Amino acid sequence: MKLTFDEQQEELARTARAFVTSSTPIARVRALRDSRDAIGFSREIWQQMADLGWTGLCLPEQYSGLGLGFVELCIVLEEAGRRLVPEPLISTLLLGAQALLLGGTPAQKARFLPRVAAGTAVLGLAFQERGSRYELDRIETVAERTPQGFRLRGEKTNVLDGHVADAWVVSARTEQGLALFLVDSSTPGVEIVRQQRIDSRNAANIRLAGVELTSDALLGRPGQGLELLGRVVDRAAIGLSAEMLGSASQTFEDTLAYLKTRKQFDVTLGSFQALQHRAARLFIELSLARAAVLAAARAVDEAPEQVARMASLAKARASDLFVHVANEAVQMHGGIGVTDECQLGFYLKRARVAELTFGDAAWHRRRWAELAGY
Amino acid sequence: MSDIQSFRESVRAFIAEHAPKSLYGARRGRFDGYWGGRKAQPEPDVKRWFEAALERRLIAPTWPQEFGGGGLSRDHVLVWEEELTALALPPPLVGVGLTMIGPTLLDYGTEQQKREHLPRIVRGEVRWAQGYSEPGAGSDLASLSTRAVREGDDFIINGQKIWTTHADKSDFIFALVRTNTQVKKQLGITFILIDMETPGVSTRPIDLISGWSPFCETFFDNVRVSAKNVVGNVDAGWTVAKALLGYERSMIGEAMSSELDGAERTLVARARQALGAAAGPLPDPDLRRNIAELAMDVETFAFAVDRLRQTVQEGHKPGAESSTLKVVGSDLKQRRWELGVRVAGPDGLGWEGPSYDAADLKTTREWLRSRANTIEGGTSEIQLNIIAKQVLGLGGGKP
Repeated sequence: MKLTFDEQQEELARTARAFVTSSTPIARVRALRDSRDAIGFSREIWQQMADLGWTGLCLPEQYSGLGLGFVELCIVLEEAGRRLVPEPLISTLLLGAQALLLGGTPAQKARFLPRVAAGTAVLGLAFQERGSRYELDRIETVAERTPQGFRLRGEKTNVLDGHVADAWVVSARTEQGLALFLVDSSTPGVEIVRQQRIDSRNAANIRLAGVELTSDALLGRPGQGLELLGRVVDRAAIGLSAEMLGSASQTFEDTLAYLKTRKQFDVTLGSFQALQHRAARLFIELSLARAAVLAAARAVDEAPEQVARMASLAKARASDLFVHVANEAVQMHGGIGVTDECQLGFYLKRARVAELTFGDAAWHRRRWAELAGY
Repeated sequence: MSDIQSFRESVRAFIAEHAPKSLYGARRGRFDGYWGGRKAQPEPDVKRWFEAALERRLIAPTWPQEFGGGGLSRDHVLVWEEELTALALPPPLVGVGLTMIGPTLLDYGTEQQKREHLPRIVRGEVRWAQGYSEPGAGSDLASLSTRAVREGDDFIINGQKIWTTHADKSDFIFALVRTNTQVKKQLGITFILIDMETPGVSTRPIDLISGWSPFCETFFDNVRVSAKNVVGNVDAGWTVAKALLGYERSMIGEAMSSELDGAERTLVARARQALGAAAGPLPDPDLRRNIAELAMDVETFAFAVDRLRQTVQEGHKPGAESSTLKVVGSDLKQRRWELGVRVAGPDGLGWEGPSYDAADLKTTREWLRSRANTIEGGTSEIQLNIIAKQVLGLGGGKP
């Protein structure tokens, strides 16, 4: 398995890094938070990302995408993670668009994917409920059969960017098992309540109070929903791991710079071996995580049968990595590290939220053992 | 058909014709194989396999043909290695001649040294040992005190090396000796090649806590060596020594990765036996988690090793990144064998004797042996120093 980037991929990473560095400083995330911005991200920057081709990176050309691989999407996510970019990359590109790509009807794809590529649609995946934790089938939302199609009743939570999405893919129980439905956010009976989470990234609770859907809202067939949802969330776990790798890399580099400039006892902090070894350990963990994330992203493009276990490999590692790096970064910064003025807090909070999204390390290790038959 | 494809076909045909059936599946670790040397007495099948590969120039496939190599590109060598791995065939020849001193001579040796030593390594005639550490120079390698004093065209060497792997079975040793005591310690070291048959050279094996070891002490008592055997310049051996350490560490990473292969399967099988659990989730959730954690770390490590190898193949020199693999690989080996002992439980605590399972006996010995993994080849702490200083640019500490 090739575990290095080719020239084109290097170039993509360079341009993404340049864009993120110049256009989306952490100060922007802070301003969005402090102003309690109604959208929570910037439509202008989202459009610029679309112009750069990011929103259509791994969509097929027939939907105005670039037809590149999942590896390319992960390259962009990693760079976005460096500055905690709040635009709806995960909700739209990893969750909504991937669900449609893997399970949508031709009509559903034709309706939304070109708009995703153009940057004019935000999508979401409403699959979690209070108490579901990481189990995709631990839900109570039901879809009853009606003459026209289905009626959805239930309440979803932690729907990323759910407050502004044009449509969500929603999981619900049917008599044949779990099924996925494409629900326009303007459908009557939908109530959206925005959530304020510790990382100030966007999410919402969505109440479905007897939402009437026609049959063409269904993705795939009832009973296939769980398998399909599993594949979507596995891909999302890999993409999120790439984002976490970027965030952890930035946290580490900022801390390294601090160790080289901050002086105590008349010398730089970086001259103390106690800190040198801890920094070296973080460097080692980062290089291991980089290998795991890259291998997992490659698996999506080249080894579909490996995706589940590779998703667990990457997400378990990225979860442990980011939390550890963020904790160490705060400790090595000392007092300034726990002030809101210091940007580290944004990374520390994001680390915790990302860790507990799409399965934490313990959950993924348990699943790894299950997949291996023990 | 591409050049690579046709090469693969020819390698397959070669293996089918020449690899003895007894060697299929016989490879356990990267260094499991024929080491060569004057004292070697290989099994007939091992000898046959070696001679066929020698004839076909596959012993040192990347080395230039004029020194007995195959002159092949990295892509071709990858094919050869993949085909061997697929059948778990041992490489026809292994050892530090091929992986450490050979590449170093290609970079730093004189024309005469290359002509004299490289073809003999390839022909399996000479087995090499490494003379670096001394009783007083472990982590602080540059403080070594084995003296080499110039006398006409020769050097007279006196002193002692330690941890010389298989010195008692080796024919030549590459050693670091002190040729100048008046300068900074790194600037007075010379890299020299010594024939183990030279009068005044003697060896003594060292027993480890695991009950056995390949390590020896090597003594030099007025040993006379020609100055032509100096690699690089006199007093400039530290540069050569460090380059060779880079080869050693990347080799250790690869070796460890292949030795860890299959650990998950073995541990699960032993755990099932120990816990009396036929199938399904292991009833001890703690052991189960430990095995999964180790298996995931092992797989990630294999990807990291692969990634570094691919980077090197694309033309980058193995740098301080190899320190990363040394730290991780040695930690993993210790965890693997500690877990092995814990999985087997009280029934597996044997040192020797017929009442113990052979695999359990191996596990306890490997566990004890693995305690040295984070010490030999540069301690983990030294590797962390290298990463902090050379990769991260954190100054002020010791190198």
